[in-house]
Amino acid sequence: MIEWANTIIQGMLTGGLYAMFAAGLAIIFGVMRLVNITHGDLIVLAAFIGMVVIEATGFNPFLSLIVVIPIMFVIGYILQRGILNFTLGDDLLPPLLVTFGLSIVIQNVLLEIFSADSQRLKAGALETSSIELIEGISIGVFPVIIFFTAFLMIILLQQIFNRTRLGRAFRATSDDATTAQLMGINHKHIFGLAMAVALVLVGIAGMLMAIRSNFDPSIGPARLLYAFEAVIIGGLGSLWGTLIGGIILGIAQNIGAKIDPGWQILAGHVAFLVVLVFKPNGLFPRTRDD
Amino acid sequence: MTILHIENMNAFYGDFQALFGVSLNVEKEETVAIIGANGAGKSTFLRSITGLVINYADEFRYNGETLIGKPACDIVGLGIAMVPEGRKLFSSLSVEENLILGAYNRRQGNWTLDRVYQLFPNLEERKNIPGTALSGGEQQMVAIGRALMSNPDILLCDELSLGLAPIIIKNIYDVIPTIKAEGISLLIVEQDISQALAIADQIFCLQEGRISLSGKPDKLTKDQIAAAYFGRKRNND
Repeated sequence: MIEWANTIIQGMLTGGLYAMFAAGLAIIFGVMRLVNITHGDLIVLAAFIGMVVIEATGFNPFLSLIVVIPIMFVIGYILQRGILNFTLGDDLLPPLLVTFGLSIVIQNVLLEIFSADSQRLKAGALETSSIELIEGISIGVFPVIIFFTAFLMIILLQQIFNRTRLGRAFRATSDDATTAQLMGINHKHIFGLAMAVALVLVGIAGMLMAIRSNFDPSIGPARLLYAFEAVIIGGLGSLWGTLIGGIILGIAQNIGAKIDPGWQILAGHVAFLVVLVFKPNGLFPRTRDD
Repeated sequence: MTILHIENMNAFYGDFQALFGVSLNVEKEETVAIIGANGAGKSTFLRSITGLVINYADEFRYNGETLIGKPACDIVGLGIAMVPEGRKLFSSLSVEENLILGAYNRRQGNWTLDRVYQLFPNLEERKNIPGTALSGGEQQMVAIGRALMSNPDILLCDELSLGLAPIIIKNIYDVIPTIKAEGISLLIVEQDISQALAIADQIFCLQEGRISLSGKPDKLTKDQIAAAYFGRKRNND
């Protein structure tokens, strides 16, 4: 019994990381109707940028974020305004093809520069320290940090979307980019900022991922898949749905792994399919029609 | 004083030309109505002025400043606001957020949330519900209020009466004098000719993308208008 409770708690904490992957994807899709196939590779790119920054400065991974976050912000803005804005239109296919192509480009550039070696960021004792909640259940400090970072990021993003001028512009542009221009909103700039904000999230998530597990240039597509699954389980109604989606995915994977170590990934996909069968629009669907 | 001066404007949707050599002036504090049948190019004309439709003109000046090549998002900041056809409220924004968004790129001026609520008192009690949950008439009020929040010199109104009951249309048109009293010029597209004739200082009739008639409403005869509107002389039966 205790063992199962432990499995579920661990899964929930892992889910925080998936939720962060997914929240970036949800923002990009929500604001621009852009399915970002390169999302997973951008997570890996952020991890490598973090690695370079750490090697160059000797910062610890958390401190490296002061450098990584602005870099990801700028990459996001330039990527959107320089390339992706030109793919947006009535046709859904061009952004899919272009981001798919970018995904291959990023993977190969990373492979060329950093080789296929597995890497990991070191966060010292934090990686292994844990707190014993009750007898038999102890949770790692680092997974708790991941989960609360995800939680805080989602609160912060909700506040930005609901309460700020930029957030209103995000929502209005998402509803109707043409009418938004009549309000004086430059939708291309807003799209750039939305991608920049999403990549800040990607930067933080990438760094946390790189401390928690090994990474190499080829693991992006799997992260993309988890992000997709979390978004779809949660529905596009709110970012809280995305967090729930991440948690469900994390729990399913941990339960699968407990039954048989080979079933970890499979169990996540099964949970995703089950949700898709019973709630095709996700658990917290967008209520407005568009 | 002329605030909007357009000479020989042509507008295109891809290869399709929708406006042919349209010229028009709007004077300060004047109300100009554009009438015409469906597909005559009325909305295209307003959308060209706001930069949403690709257009070419010999002269396109607002307060003396050329607007040729200006992107749509810069035009509202100069003082040209539009109430788009079909209201086009933002569905994920509340009534009040819709109004606030109208001030996104606002100029200096007198219009505030409070003054919009004064103009349309029933919006205030509904300010927190989604804009698109309102009735058609109330949505039209939000769309007008949203445009006023940018403190425009000229307000472009596209089919204010579209899809509304006659009593609601009257309510909407009742606020026009208040808006005019603020010194705002109006450029109104309207299919409802009687409404247009009642408030306009000048009428332009568009037919297949060309101006087929223009003049002061009291100088134009019904036959002239019908001919310009439908593109043929009316039978005298």
